[in-house]
This record gives sequence, C-alpha cells and structure tokens, in this order.
Amino acid sequence: MRGLALVGHQFRYDQKAFWRNPASVFFTVMFPVIVFLILAVVFNGHTVHVRGGVEATTYYVPAIMTLSIISATMQTLAMTLVIAREDGRLKRTRGTPLPPWVFIAGRVGNSIVVAVMMMVLLAAIGAALYGVAVPWGQLPAILLTLVVGAASFCCLGIAITAAIPSQDAAAAIVNALLLPLYFLSGIFIPEDELPSGVISFADVFPIRHFFDAFFDAYVPAGGSSVSWDNLAVVAIWGVAGLLIAVRYFRWTPRAS
Amino acid sequence: MAYGDNEAVRGIDLEVERGEVFAFLGPNGAGKTTTVEILEGYRKRTGGEVSVLGEDPERAGREWRERIGIVLQSSRLDPYLTVRESLALYAGYFRAPRPIDEVIELVGLGGKAEERARRLSGGQQRRLDVGVALVGDPELLFLDEPTTGFDPSARRQFWEVIAGLRDLGKTVFLTTHYMDEAQRLADRVTIIAAGRIAARGTPADLGERERAATTIRYRAEGREVVLETATPVRTLHELTGEALARGEELEGLEVTRPSLEDIYLELTAEAAEELPESPAAEPSEAPEPSEAAK
Repeated sequence: MRGLALVGHQFRYDQKAFWRNPASVFFTVMFPVIVFLILAVVFNGHTVHVRGGVEATTYYVPAIMTLSIISATMQTLAMTLVIAREDGRLKRTRGTPLPPWVFIAGRVGNSIVVAVMMMVLLAAIGAALYGVAVPWGQLPAILLTLVVGAASFCCLGIAITAAIPSQDAAAAIVNALLLPLYFLSGIFIPEDELPSGVISFADVFPIRHFFDAFFDAYVPAGGSSVSWDNLAVVAIWGVAGLLIAVRYFRWTPRAS
Repeated sequence: MAYGDNEAVRGIDLEVERGEVFAFLGPNGAGKTTTVEILEGYRKRTGGEVSVLGEDPERAGREWRERIGIVLQSSRLDPYLTVRESLALYAGYFRAPRPIDEVIELVGLGGKAEERARRLSGGQQRRLDVGVALVGDPELLFLDEPTTGFDPSARRQFWEVIAGLRDLGKTVFLTTHYMDEAQRLADRVTIIAAGRIAARGTPADLGERERAATTIRYRAEGREVVLETATPVRTLHELTGEALARGEELEGLEVTRPSLEDIYLELTAEAAEELPESPAAEPSEAPEPSEAAK
C-alpha cells in the first residue's frame, strides 16, 4: 500500500521533470508529430501496397505511433536513467529508505503515460487532418499490443544503460541503434519499397515485430487483430532485456 | 581495503560521539571517500568491524536509512525541479520528514524556494544538497567534501549551515581536505594520510601538541640560522642577551609557531613517507578498517 503511494509520489515528480526538460519534450513529443506531418504531406494520396493496399496516411499513423511508444519508453528511460546515474542521483536515491523498485516503477509509469498520450495525440491528428479512422472496435487489441510493447521496450531501455558509459554517449548509442532500425523496419519508408532482404534483416529485431503487431491491431485486415507471433518475439526481447537489466543495471556513476 | 593490490585504507579506528561534528581530514586520495562510503553502506569492506547507529551498514535496511542523511562528494539534483520540489520529493521517501519550509530556512535558501536547481549557484546547489540530506530528519549526517571548489564567501555561508546542524543536535561526519574547515567546524578531528590515521584530537589539541616546537630564525654573518626550541622564551632571552652584550642586532629575527596548516602538511607528508606504495588518487573497492560510529 505504502509502496504504491510511493510510486505515485515518484511518478508525479518524474512527470514534472519530463515536461520541463526541453530535450525530452522535443524528441519524445514534438519529433514524432513533425515526422508524421512531413511523411503525410509528402505521401498523401499514395497507396502503400501491403495487405491489399492502404492509404499512405493510414499507414503512417500506426508507424509513427510505434516510433513514439519506443521513444517514450526505451529511449526516454535509457537517456534519463544514464543522466541520473552519472549525476549521482541514483546513488543518492539508494542512500534513502526508498525501495529501488519504487524508483524504477515511477520512471516506467512516466514512460507508459507519455506513450499513451502520444498514441491519443497521433490518432487525433491523423483523424482530424487526414480522416484516418480511429479503430474504436480494436481498442482491446491495441491496448494489449501497447502493454506488451511498452513493457518490453522499457526493459530494453533499462538494459541498454549497462552499455552506455557516460551522459555524452547516451544519445549517440541509443540513436545509433534505433534510427537505422526505424528505416529498415518500414517506419519511415513504406515496407513495399523495402527489398525483402532488408525486411528479413529487420525481422531479427523487436522494432519490426512490434510495428507489425501494432499495424495489425490498428489497421485490421479482418479476422484476428492480435498478432500473437509478433508479440511473442517482442516479449522474448523484453524478457532478455529484463534479465540483462536485473544483472547489470548499476546505481553508481561509471565515469567517476 | 584493497584496490587492486593496494589497500586503500587500513587499521582505521574511529569513534564518533552522538551530537558531535567529527572531521575526517586528509589530502586527496588518502582514503576518506572509501572510508565514508563504507560507513554509508555503499561499499563492502575486506575486513574489520563497523557499527553505525548500532548496525553494520553492509546489512542495514530501510529502518537504518530513515536515520541517516548523505551528501555525496559529487552529485546533482534534478535540474528541472525547484528547491521546494526537490525537498518535497526526498521528504516523501521518509516516514517522518522535517517540514520543508524549515529545511529551506535552515540551509539559507529562503529567497530561492521556487527557483529550479539549474539556476542556483554552485554554493546554493550544495546547500540544497544538504537540505535534501536533512529533510528526512536524520540523526547522523555524512558530508563528503562539501565545500570543494567554493569561493571564500560561499564556504563561509556553508559553514554557518553546518554550525546550525550542531545546534540541532545532529551528529555530523564531515570529510574535508581543508584544515581551516575542520578547525572551524569540528569538535574532533582525525587526520588520515595514505590510508592510515596520522593524528587525532580536538582542533586545539592538535595545535598544542605540535606547536611545542617554536622556530627561531635570524641571520648571522650572512648565513641563516634556524633554531627549533620547546622553550622559546628562554632561548630567545639568551640569544638577544648575547646580541645586546655584543652590541649587535639579530638581523631578520623571526619567531614562528607552525599553523595548523603546517602541522597538517607535515603529518600527512610523514605518513606518506612511511608507506612508499601509497594508494592511487581515488581508491575504491573493499576495505580492512575497524570503525565505530555510535
């Protein structure tokens, strides 16, 4: 009971710090919106030849939602945890009675709330500007996909901090991993333009599978809209991340 | 405690009394941070016994953490939270925190309560650090080199905050490499050098014992004469008496007693010589000390 109240307490201040930090607001909130608008303007009227043909604007709504969810979870957690670690804030927190899991739960909560907000924001923009239907009937499938994806990418974000030696390296390492995979996974370039070799390469990593699952939930091709096999791959990556995080996450600065 | 093949500190025996300001003084790399991190429960030791507030910090849990406050040697609070918010965030971690307005006054940040941490000066950020360590109303406060890099006026302001803590009855464990800081703030001082204890006592004791030796300098026939004496009045009387009898001046006559700074430098230099393989700049890893803080 006290644990949950503490998570709420930690979450409140994480939210304040998130919205006041220009870097997190730009990269997590503004950047996906800008990318969506650019892609929608450029490819408006085009048809993407997947699943019998989908409007480009319809294609990019779940694509950029995928990007936003990964950005709010994996990227935000990796960046803010490394900065807090190197600033000595994590070590300092360990010196208080706060249980460590509460601290992490507050941060994860912050990420998930931002991910949900971004989903709502992008759905609203897609619907208002380009008439992309909001698939209300798909809500259970969308939420399930979101929960599995957000949880997995949170674990991966915490795990990756173990490979980041300093604050300066954080943005470089995270972007070097994510940006190419966004391109190769059909997030920016529609997947009918990508050679099949590229797709099968991207298929090794969780971004492609999460996008596939999210696309199936958001733009159902009839029948089952929960893409269990894709979600399973995402979840396996998430569990691997969790194991690495539990084993290698550190609370003390590396660079001192 | 070993760092590679080097032990960072060894045979350290400390006792800190409740309610006192205890200064742990030594040059950089002497093993101060290693020792204080063992006491704070951040580091494991390779040997020895440690008891802080009646518990072994390695095994102490949340109850123990309710009773201590820590200011790390280098750490930054969230730059986007205000003074008041940072204090409220940490206050929430403790069962019986001290009122936030009271803490703000205590660390002299009255006019800065709504300022974000990133807009505070270095000295103000450090005082906020102390505020955050105080907000849980701990019995024992660790301050690891709190004023390094301060300008003189910021240090003076900071000292006032620490003096205020003594008035509150807090026990303060202060590490520093500034002799004047220890002298000004501490009830008792222990000097560590090269991982060993070089001297201990009250600031006055440390001064008295070593000040026994007074140095007298003058020039005679173009050469400098230096005398060390434990009885300066007698020696000086003889010297000046002889000079008067000869009808001469003692050129460049100077009578000095070592400052605490001199004593400190001498003590730490001696300790470093005794241990030719002195540990490297920032020792870490596990220890072999025996310490006690009541």
